[in-house]
Amino acid sequence: MTSDSRSASYSTNAEIKPALHVTPQHGHRGGLLPELPKPILECSDVNVYYSDFRAVTGVDLVFGQNEITAMIGPSGCGKSTLLRSLNRMNDLIVGARVEGSVTFQSEDIYAKEVDAIEVRRRIGMVFQKPNPFPKSIYDNIAYGPRVIGMKASNMDDLVEEALTRAALWGEVKDKLKQSAFGLSGGQQQRLCIARTIAVKPDVILMDEPCSSLDPIATSKIEDLMFELREDYTIVIVTHNMQQAARVADRTAFFTALASEDTGDRTGVLVEFDKTQKIFESPSDQRTEDYISGRFG
Amino acid sequence: MTLLTTGLGAHIRSASIRGKVKGGENSARSILFLVILWLSLFVSFGVLLTLIITTLIDGADRLDARLITEFPSSAPERAGLRPAILGSIWVIGVTAVLTIPLGVAAAIHLEEFADRKKWINRVIELNVQNLAAVPSIVYGLLALGFLALLGVQNKNIVIGGALALGLLVLPVIIISTREALRSVPVEIRQGSLALGATPLQTVWRQTLPASVPGIATGAILGLSRALGEAAPLLVLGALVFVSFDPNGLLSGYTTMPIQIFNWTSRPQAELHELASAASILLLGILIAMNGLAIFIRNRYQQRW
Repeated sequence: MTSDSRSASYSTNAEIKPALHVTPQHGHRGGLLPELPKPILECSDVNVYYSDFRAVTGVDLVFGQNEITAMIGPSGCGKSTLLRSLNRMNDLIVGARVEGSVTFQSEDIYAKEVDAIEVRRRIGMVFQKPNPFPKSIYDNIAYGPRVIGMKASNMDDLVEEALTRAALWGEVKDKLKQSAFGLSGGQQQRLCIARTIAVKPDVILMDEPCSSLDPIATSKIEDLMFELREDYTIVIVTHNMQQAARVADRTAFFTALASEDTGDRTGVLVEFDKTQKIFESPSDQRTEDYISGRFG
Repeated sequence: MTLLTTGLGAHIRSASIRGKVKGGENSARSILFLVILWLSLFVSFGVLLTLIITTLIDGADRLDARLITEFPSSAPERAGLRPAILGSIWVIGVTAVLTIPLGVAAAIHLEEFADRKKWINRVIELNVQNLAAVPSIVYGLLALGFLALLGVQNKNIVIGGALALGLLVLPVIIISTREALRSVPVEIRQGSLALGATPLQTVWRQTLPASVPGIATGAILGLSRALGEAAPLLVLGALVFVSFDPNGLLSGYTTMPIQIFNWTSRPQAELHELASAASILLLGILIAMNGLAIFIRNRYQQRW
């Protein structure tokens, strides 16, 4: 379904895709995946606080370029919090504060001379609940390029390009002027992905993007992620372990630890490795317990 | 099968759903309660209806074109509301122009940018709530004092009236705008910011457009309240005989409620009749404005 709606200009990786689709775990690149990620986004000793409450403690993590990295773990383990600190969406929460360093292409995104707005232009985000704007499908896509003052010679082409890449063009090309609210949940989520692509970020953060979608819509989004991986780096938070196993090149497992003196729970990174390793032979007992369904 | 005839099964079989429930729909208590409800409704609605009907009967004879086209006159048969209608339009129009941008801007600051934890913002917030409950005559006195401070001799000017009514309407507009802004889901703001939009762009292109129906509804309701106000304008000396069309910000004026007040305080029965007719007209305008507000809300309000 995705290949039908793709335009010719986006067939550069067409020869890779069918191969990805035939194997059951088509997301895994197996031996093709380098031992260590080629870093684009790095966390070192990151602590995230909400006022006095420390939600995330001491995370060291490297997100590899053109890879899909999944963050999994039980509720309250800080994975969404960490995700939101990767493009400074946490700035919007009063009292939220990040310690340690988050670097994007070796530059600290929390440095004084860095503007959060520029960070978000480079590191886009797709949310848990599809959040289309109360505008037409066309305007939803055109919004980003317009606000960031992108010099698009032809907005129509840009909109078509983004929708095509998000495998939505075929379904909406005849109703671009209609409200985005008329789309199904899955279509709305792909619209939100298309909207993010339209501003051409380097990294796309996805916060449980399929949690409100049915299995068919979910599998469409997952297919889409494989295609986007060719040009983008994707970080996905998911509650669905099968989803992590299906789509992610590498997986980070988080858990919540109770502090010994105060009893406050805080999120920590337990293990980070290739997805196959995490799901087949995790080195930490807690990871194994979680993925085998013994807790969380 | 044996299981069904023992224990719970036996109980379920014996129970019938027929019969009356104590305190049910047709019991004396329920009926009494309903009667009380009807009576309360009748009292409130009946009073209003009586008022409207008697006013209609009183004023029906004078509800004609003369009412709108003629100037007030000591001869009741030649008197009309023309300058008062124009005065109301002038004052309310200027009030709208003054307060809507100011109120919307204040609401945007309070809702989108102000740090809610700072004590100053809390004080402001509390004050805005309280200002909406201040008696209107106080605003009249405030405007009077302000004009006196500026050294304005003749305080019966359109801009003076608009100032007093603006103070009255401002809290209403701020509160309704804040509610409209608050009803825009936070996901929309996040979606916009995540694309690299600035907070200002987010307000200007997402939050504010989505709030326009709510703001319009609030503004119309606020202005319709101001349209019916007489007290603050009386303080400012609007109870005058105006035999010309008001034509500017510094023009003298009178408004419909004040003209009505003027006529009812005169002894002639014909002028009372005229006041009734004017009341009907004012009521009609107010109902039309409120109707418009409800229409905008139902037709354009964004459902999330």
